[in-house]
Amino acid sequence: MSDTSLDIDRTELETSPAYCAGDVSDFFALMKPRVMSLVIFTALVGIVVAPGTLHPVIACTALLCIAVGAGASGALNMWYDADIDAIMQRTAARPVPRGRVSPGEALTFGTVLAVGSVLTLGLLVNWISAALLALTIGFYLFIYTMWLKRRTPQNIVIGGAAGAFPPMIGWAAVTGTVSLESMVLFLLIFMWTPPHFWALALYRSRDYERAGIPMLPVTAGHDVTRRHILIYSLILGPTGLAPFIVGLGGILYAVSATALGAVFIALAIRVYNRREGRAAEQAAKKLFSFSILYLLALFAVLLVEHVLDGLVVTGA
Amino acid sequence: MRLTEEQTKNRRSRSIAIAWALAALAALFFVVTIVRLGANVLNRPF
Repeated sequence: MSDTSLDIDRTELETSPAYCAGDVSDFFALMKPRVMSLVIFTALVGIVVAPGTLHPVIACTALLCIAVGAGASGALNMWYDADIDAIMQRTAARPVPRGRVSPGEALTFGTVLAVGSVLTLGLLVNWISAALLALTIGFYLFIYTMWLKRRTPQNIVIGGAAGAFPPMIGWAAVTGTVSLESMVLFLLIFMWTPPHFWALALYRSRDYERAGIPMLPVTAGHDVTRRHILIYSLILGPTGLAPFIVGLGGILYAVSATALGAVFIALAIRVYNRREGRAAEQAAKKLFSFSILYLLALFAVLLVEHVLDGLVVTGA
Repeated sequence: MRLTEEQTKNRRSRSIAIAWALAALAALFFVVTIVRLGANVLNRPF
């Protein structure tokens, strides 16, 4: 699959608006605020569960830099993917395809934010977390957006690593290191990403097909995708318990991870069994919605456990 | 090139946002410097 199969020529978009028509909200939308909120939350958990302490001002600075770095990735993604975003219903209203922001402006905006966030994190927090943030932005732009997304159905399997880095960056902001525990948090998001996006791709496959993106339902069909979702969900269930095994989570986390993992697998089985019509679409939508809740809930439980532990230790 | 009223308004709001962002960045560097130096911020060689 090559870029030439796309209906819209990139050069058309490069030269479209003569003058920037966008206001502040358009530039904010370039940063993919909904994705950014999940990044902030998982990074916060990484900061809170890491051993050691961080001054609240430094912690907030780290979170701000991670958030801006994630926003930079979003803007750079929208610059590069403007041609396919214009074709897909889900993304057609983004600022670049709508002509509110030119691709060149999105590129400049994203680059300034990326360089600024990495340098600020390095100067004000530490250079290990800054290096991880740079790796995250680079991975999302060069490996996922530019290389994998339009070429292989494994795009979100490998590209999912970009979304899995934030808790690791948060951890590194506190400890200045990368350790087994932070890699476990990375692994949890990494294993969660494929079933999450394939559930979406199942009911958006026409969109992806029109845009020429080789998502698994487009290249291998819906049945193969359902099988992959089930396999990954069966792996994700036990992976959810890994933070408990390495001592990051307590009993509350273990119980929550077991229950939520069981529901995830049950919904994946439903997706596997319901293959026709509206029932199939509903099953995929339900799994997609639940997958977001699953990740948020697991990280929220980790956060609550550590906050409560902190209160007990300080005798509050 | 003559800008429309909306373009002028948007340019002004973008300029204000950039100014706020730069001011916030300067404030952030100042506050973090104070936090990192702590009481040592008062130590002067002269």
